[in-house]
Amino acid sequence: MLLARVIGDVVATRKEPGYEGVTLLVIQPLLPDGSDTGRPLVAADAVGAGVGERVFFVRGKEASFPFHPKEVPADAGIVGIVDHWSIVDDAPVKGGGE
Amino acid sequence: MILARVIGEVVSTHKRPQFEGASLLLVQPETPAGVKQGNALLAIDSVGAGRGELVLVVLEGRAAQEALGKKLAPVDAAIMGIVDEVDMHE
Repeated sequence: MLLARVIGDVVATRKEPGYEGVTLLVIQPLLPDGSDTGRPLVAADAVGAGVGERVFFVRGKEASFPFHPKEVPADAGIVGIVDHWSIVDDAPVKGGGE
Repeated sequence: MILARVIGEVVSTHKRPQFEGASLLLVQPETPAGVKQGNALLAIDSVGAGRGELVLVVLEGRAAQEALGKKLAPVDAAIMGIVDEVDMHE
């Protein structure tokens, strides 16, 4: 899973029937320091998240599991709203790599 | 599986019910040499890993669900073990 911020929503009238009733949100993945990383993507919302909220999302077919037995053809899904997170400043991680 | 360092924890009240009772930890992937590699991600923890520990993380849904012990859990990453030591011979 990854952290993300909800930055928009998608309205699609003509779509796969599997998406009926499913909210599609635009999310921006985040690094633990709160900065953006990578490109925004569209995720199926399984928790009722709103724009501006910090969330975590799952990738792959697991994104459709919250809607079981309905088959939602999604590859990313919001599965939790984040209250807060904390990171250790002294984590013994060497080097850069960014 | 990958090696990763536990760098933090995430608190979420409103989440899918399958996550109830599981810890959500932020892990930073590392090379076997201990160099940070790529971006940090969230993994559920079923082995009781703590901050700063090197852990074994599985990045696959089915295995992560088994770690959580719940079918149809929407997870794609789980901590499967705490690494004592990595011996590289090359």
